[in-house]
Amino acid sequence: MPRRGFIDYLLGTSLGMVVAAIFYPIARFLVPPRIAESSQLNVVAAKAAELKPNSGKVFPFGAEPAIVIQTPGGEIRAFSAVCTHLGCTVQYRDDLQQIWCACHDGHYDLYGKNIGGPPPQPLTKLTANTRGDEIIVSKS
Amino acid sequence: MKAPGGGNPLEWLEDRLGLEPVLKLVEKKTVPIHRHTIWYYLGGMTLFLFVTQVVTGILLLLYYRPSSDAAYESVQFIMGQVSFGWLVRSIHSWSANLMIGTLFIHMFSVFLTKAYRPPRELTWISGAFLLFLALTFGFSGYLLPWNKVSFFATRVGTQIAGVVPGIGTFLLRFLRGGDDVTGATLTRFYGFHVAILPAITALFLGVHLWLVQKQGMSLPPGEDERQVKTMKFVPNFLLRDAMGWLLALGLLAALSALFPWELGQKADPFASAPAGIKPEWYFLFLFQTLKYIPAKVAFIDGDVLGVLIMGAGAALWVFVPFLDRQAARGEKSPVFTAIGWVLIVYIVGMTLVGYFT
Amino acid sequence: MTGKLLTTSLGAISALALFAATGRAQPAPAAAAKVDQCVACHSELEGRLGDPVKALQQKNDVHGQHGFSCANCHGGDPSQGSGKAAMDPAKGFVAVPKRQDIPRLCGKCHSDPAFMKQFDPAERTDQESEYSTSVHGKRLKQGDQKVAVCTSCHGFHGVKAVKNSTAPVYALHVAETCGSCHANVGYMQPYGIPTDQLAKWQSSVHGEAMLKKQDLSAPTCNDCHGNHGATPPSVASVANVCGTCHVRQAELFQKSPHAKPFQALGNGACVQCHSNHEIHHPSDEMLGVGKQSVCVECHFEGTSSFKAAAAMSGQISDLAAQIRRAGEILQEASNDGMEVSRPQFDLREAGNKLINARVVVHSFAPGQVEAAVKPGLEVAGKAHQAGLVALSDFQFRRKGLAVSLLFIAIAVAAIFLKLRQIERRQSSA
Repeated sequence: MPRRGFIDYLLGTSLGMVVAAIFYPIARFLVPPRIAESSQLNVVAAKAAELKPNSGKVFPFGAEPAIVIQTPGGEIRAFSAVCTHLGCTVQYRDDLQQIWCACHDGHYDLYGKNIGGPPPQPLTKLTANTRGDEIIVSKS
Repeated sequence: MKAPGGGNPLEWLEDRLGLEPVLKLVEKKTVPIHRHTIWYYLGGMTLFLFVTQVVTGILLLLYYRPSSDAAYESVQFIMGQVSFGWLVRSIHSWSANLMIGTLFIHMFSVFLTKAYRPPRELTWISGAFLLFLALTFGFSGYLLPWNKVSFFATRVGTQIAGVVPGIGTFLLRFLRGGDDVTGATLTRFYGFHVAILPAITALFLGVHLWLVQKQGMSLPPGEDERQVKTMKFVPNFLLRDAMGWLLALGLLAALSALFPWELGQKADPFASAPAGIKPEWYFLFLFQTLKYIPAKVAFIDGDVLGVLIMGAGAALWVFVPFLDRQAARGEKSPVFTAIGWVLIVYIVGMTLVGYFT
Repeated sequence: MTGKLLTTSLGAISALALFAATGRAQPAPAAAAKVDQCVACHSELEGRLGDPVKALQQKNDVHGQHGFSCANCHGGDPSQGSGKAAMDPAKGFVAVPKRQDIPRLCGKCHSDPAFMKQFDPAERTDQESEYSTSVHGKRLKQGDQKVAVCTSCHGFHGVKAVKNSTAPVYALHVAETCGSCHANVGYMQPYGIPTDQLAKWQSSVHGEAMLKKQDLSAPTCNDCHGNHGATPPSVASVANVCGTCHVRQAELFQKSPHAKPFQALGNGACVQCHSNHEIHHPSDEMLGVGKQSVCVECHFEGTSSFKAAAAMSGQISDLAAQIRRAGEILQEASNDGMEVSRPQFDLREAGNKLINARVVVHSFAPGQVEAAVKPGLEVAGKAHQAGLVALSDFQFRRKGLAVSLLFIAIAVAAIFLKLRQIERRQSSA
């Protein structure tokens, strides 16, 4: 009789542990992680307040850097920040009011067009929209 | 009828649901014991793996996003950010492959033991449709991560569908949701994968399982019904089933932890196809066969001929119970046994060739 | 007396006519003549006398395209069927222009803005005046017949536009064209200047960029030396030339402690460390106090500048090493199947900071280099941390797997025992 009881006990406990080992990951899975959304190509580039006129901000967009600018006139535009010459990351130059690449002095105007230096192509345009107090950038 | 509030819960349910036939089955159902008994476990194994798919699939769709600009990132998110997301996703991918593997073994063991003979023709037919449904599940699910490999595999696969004479163009546009593989294809495949196919499968699976319970296990020809030893379904067979299922679960866990399913790179519709693009292993034998058919045979395109042959083959496969007259009469049916072995060797061989070349 | 006057005046008139023909007057394109007899005759001839016509009639000959023909450069009268009448020196005919006359001959049209505007309003018209400032132009005036003139680089009968990718002066071909003289040891022997520039440039990072990567923005001979006004930049202006593309490095260098001493030494600034034609991709080993460093060529052990060099080198190598370390650990995690694409992306930023720091080296101020390196170290550190977390997560998974497999094994064993128990009971019943 104690033997039969032992096997039943063993069976019950081990199956219970297996069930627990199945339900524990499921329960953890169901709780959303701290960063609630996948970083899809609809990225919050910046808060509207932090992007002043005649300034720009580089931010990650998918696997590559992108740049969102506010022109001196107040328009918000976004481009891929990968320089079309040799792939360096471009930046905003408020003194020139242009987008500039530090590697070989490449210049782009505020429409992303390559206007000086080695870059052979304009920067890829992205779509920037303001939603509330956030600037959302997505693929064009 | 006992008064409510008293008695045990089982009796309470019994009184309301009329569970007696079920309980009787549980009591009475037996499983014959002979040298081919081991193959009886494969149907249940396939069912277990299917249930795993449903559970992990439901969990995945809480985080997955079926649009071309978010799908890949959402799978990346599941793999990297969600607690045990890597486990759920890898189990889902591995279990899909294992399920199709056990499905094939189950199907061929049934074929070789002639279990399709009367009165089990409908079980075989519903099973054939479950095969087609499983392959469609695999094909549609494969695209969902929207990575390079799956994008091109889908393009090639749907292109082959487009080759069917007459309805080919319609079929291609129906599958792709347009003329090319795009985000529309992804959304459509998602709809197939999580709604349409599960609904149809539930139907066929219900019929398949009900028939199996109603008609009991088939005895291979040569075994004598009166003399064969049996074991009770509950608890003997079921406990053995459970052991197998637990081992399968362990295997899935090990595969997921040690060989996590790859994510690859995001699909780029404008990039050229990577060299040596192949479909998943369970389509490889079909793909390889198409490769061996010459580009033109008499006046027919090689592709068209291939698709027609496969269609014809599938139709014949469905109607096997009606073609094998000898087995129907209870006689030995060596021709069909031979066909079975030839098919097994062909499929395994072609798969290996496709894999290693 | 009258005879002499007549002859002289005839001679003067002829000379004037000749001058007029070869002077600043531009004849209209030969299309004005109904049939161009030059072409009609010479197209029937073989070899040297027939080839020019074939060349002129080529689709990509820029002069032929615009309706120019033989008489526009050679003078003479294209309406005359007889050779003597057509090729009449009185009508300004010159069979083979003298080398010294070629710049003026081409300049007849190409230096006239009003004329050139008809064909290309944006076309420059200062080539002839630039040429006179070049080494080639100056030597030509002194009578050197070997130097390059317009036709040496542009060709003469089959002149292709510069933007035509098969032209000898197309960006990709410029070095070869210059090298056809400058790399020819025998030809250049009397001048006593090196002839290895072409080979050096081809092996340089600029040559590779142009020839292998087909980057048309890469500098070739004319970008640093000028094309029509070709002169090696004076030692004082080399830094300015390099600085037209490498702006930041030039700016930093001008403010650095090296600027004045290098100017005093007259060593060509950038050339001192980077060479002029054989410019290779700079390496971190060039900085510092090691065997391959350029700093130790001037700076000796024990000096403060030696220490500064060592400090900057240390900072740069440190960042490079940290980035490499982070990259390796993330790759290991990725190979184990862990999802680390986000930290790998973030690590790119550290790479950008390293590129920036290498530029800041040209300030030759360890403080500035340190400031440039710091943000990169932070990013690399974070990425490394993410890699460690990923690896430990992987270990956690393996341990978790082992535990679950243990549970499963026990459960299977328990079922097995239970089954045995049941079946024993069944067989004894």
